[in-house]
Amino acid sequence: MYIAKRGLTMFGVLLITLLITVILVGSNMDTILKQGVGFQVRSEITENPAIVQSFSSVQEFEAYIQDRTDERIKNLGLDESWYSPQRIGLTMYKIILLDFGQATFLTSDLGSSDVKDIIFEKLPRTILLFTTATILISIIGIFVGALSASKIGSTVDRITSSFAIISSSFPVWWIGMLMIFLFAFTYQIFPARATPDIPASSPEYLGALLYHMTLPLITIVMIGFGSWAYLVRNFMVGIMQEDFIIAKKAIGIKQSKITYTHALKNAAPPIITILALSLSGSLGGAIITEAVFDWPGMGRLYFEAITVMDLPVIIGATYILTVFFLVSIFIADLLYGYFDPRIRTNTE
Amino acid sequence: MSSITAQDIKKEFFKSKMGIAGIAILTILILTSLITIILIPVETFQEWNNPGSWITYPKTAIPIWVNFLSFEKLPEHKILTNPSVQKASNNEINLSSYQFNLNFDYDQFPNDFIYSYSSEYSNSPLLQMSVIRPDGIKLELISTSLPYSNVKIIHEDRIFSTDAMIKKKLMLQSEVFNFGIENVSTEDIIFSKTTSNEPLKGNYVFLIDLYEIENKGEIIESNLIIGGKSFGIMGTDELRRDLAIGLLWGTPLALFIGLVVSIASVTMGLMYGVYAGFKGKKTDETMMRFNDVIYALPALPFLIILSVTISNSIFVMVGFLMIFGWVGIAKVARSMSLQIKTRGYVEAATMMGQRDSKMILKHIIPQLLPYAFASVAISVPAAITTEAGLSFLGLGDPSFPTWGQILHDANTFGAAARGLWWWIVPPGIMIAITGLAFVFIGNALDAIVNPKLKR
Repeated sequence: MYIAKRGLTMFGVLLITLLITVILVGSNMDTILKQGVGFQVRSEITENPAIVQSFSSVQEFEAYIQDRTDERIKNLGLDESWYSPQRIGLTMYKIILLDFGQATFLTSDLGSSDVKDIIFEKLPRTILLFTTATILISIIGIFVGALSASKIGSTVDRITSSFAIISSSFPVWWIGMLMIFLFAFTYQIFPARATPDIPASSPEYLGALLYHMTLPLITIVMIGFGSWAYLVRNFMVGIMQEDFIIAKKAIGIKQSKITYTHALKNAAPPIITILALSLSGSLGGAIITEAVFDWPGMGRLYFEAITVMDLPVIIGATYILTVFFLVSIFIADLLYGYFDPRIRTNTE
Repeated sequence: MSSITAQDIKKEFFKSKMGIAGIAILTILILTSLITIILIPVETFQEWNNPGSWITYPKTAIPIWVNFLSFEKLPEHKILTNPSVQKASNNEINLSSYQFNLNFDYDQFPNDFIYSYSSEYSNSPLLQMSVIRPDGIKLELISTSLPYSNVKIIHEDRIFSTDAMIKKKLMLQSEVFNFGIENVSTEDIIFSKTTSNEPLKGNYVFLIDLYEIENKGEIIESNLIIGGKSFGIMGTDELRRDLAIGLLWGTPLALFIGLVVSIASVTMGLMYGVYAGFKGKKTDETMMRFNDVIYALPALPFLIILSVTISNSIFVMVGFLMIFGWVGIAKVARSMSLQIKTRGYVEAATMMGQRDSKMILKHIIPQLLPYAFASVAISVPAAITTEAGLSFLGLGDPSFPTWGQILHDANTFGAAARGLWWWIVPPGIMIAITGLAFVFIGNALDAIVNPKLKR
């Protein structure tokens, strides 16, 4: 019952998000589609000399084109304003079934202009960089966080906390610029652009891609793990003050065992929730970080789509990102309920 | 949570080193903003994106202070104004002579020099420019007659070091130098030792003579720009803009964006959450579902769509940032108000029949204020970095020089590849320092509000 209710809510949220996106870009999309029809009609007619020669004047020719364009716009249902319920409904229905249509300007590396192809080409690359980074960040973060929680007030703890606070106020993309400046130009260790310059089909591509992703990966992990460590530390510190831990200490169980088994286990629910959320967040990539490193993933696709106003791509990418996000919220909710039964009973 | 009074918080806060550090940084930033707003003319920031108004500045010049750290002194960019004037007249010929003194003490040649003047005359006076070098040698640079006019006119013009006439004149005097000067640029000749093509240090005097027959002519206004490789405290960028001005104007803008966005979104979130929690039942359910919708919107993509489709004005942007800022706070505020609602005195007040608005404003909100202050401080850096990020992508308000925008320009002109570190490092550090001030304050407050974390 609880799951079904949450699932239903999530679906509602998805629809509303989609609706907002469609409304925001709808009027522009309408103009672009109508222009497209106009061009299509014109090129079809000019390609056929027999029809062109049958006109006696330019006006007659223009009027004919106008008629044909209007007719086709009507056939396609574009004569109704873009905010009419039928059209929005149809658009949304198509999008839910992952039919995003054809991109206006952008193409995939293989030349397809189907939005679905483009998105599913970029997604694995984003997963490769950002999901790897997120996993590394969480592993390092949990370990360092637990370490500093077990020795509160020690040097390790103070360094971790201050590093977390300081690193969280630097924008990742700025650190990225500095890293490029330092390690790509001053000391030429890594390439400046993260996009490999050999074709995707060649066998060395994977190696080149891994080499190219080192610098962004280091940057993201360096800036990211501090706040994770701090978060884990704070959860753990809260739990370390609970009675059952103090009791265990009194019995004489070793401090390290308490930290890594009993305390960490109890800190698991919030940690897992955050992990689920950040994993799904990583799928969207990071628009600005990808722009800085020129990483050919979802973030850069999104940015390119927005700069050239390629609306089908914008809508498609937003939809996919929202779906991932909602699914992960849903999973995080379920996990939280599983690990901490108090939550389930709390809802009603 | 409830037992903390304002006095307690103040006392505790000033005990924490972090809090004091945060307040100190913030005070410096606020002072900087005030000084900027009062002392730097507003025109400089309105003209930020107008290349014409920066024409007298050097291109990508490094900060002056670098000269103190390195062995090789790079020439400073100098704009010499107010020349000393001497007038002489010999029956028919009137001579006005203008003299610029330049102390040149650098290890590299200047980039170029530009003499710009406006002169008032009639007829066609003769303008001569020459330079007396530290070794006493006088080099003729140019002699040209100004365009003829039979009435009194004001003529404005510029003489550039790249002028072919200057090179021609110098070639006539080439016997002074022991090396061939055919392929050397004019400024490298003028500022060179006679033995080899190396900079000659010392006092240079630039002389501009205006000869006029019968009528009096004069140069009303003139300046001599010695184009250097270093300029100002922060250097300049590719578009010749003084980065110090950009960085200074960025401070009040960042504080404005950060504070307005966070205060507004915390207030909104607090009201929303408390009302939902207090009302409970159906109202709570509906309001929280709406909250879920906003929470699920991918923030940065939506901000980008909004700024592209609606407007990228800085004030509209502040509004957009608020839309995504209040959600998290609303959730926490709701759960806190759920707890407070069950307390005895609130229930008592309910039984006495107090109005909802009074209950919320008088009994619940005050309890949440410490938490609210901490949230304001903690959410400022996010607002600043998000705006900086949007500007970095080129979606910011072009009429305001924000730090993100400076970084955007740096990225477009390939500052990293060209080693122009003074264009990349300072804006980022400013963003980070501003963020840090608020994070410090926020964390210090948070430690007081949630005492559990302090230990």
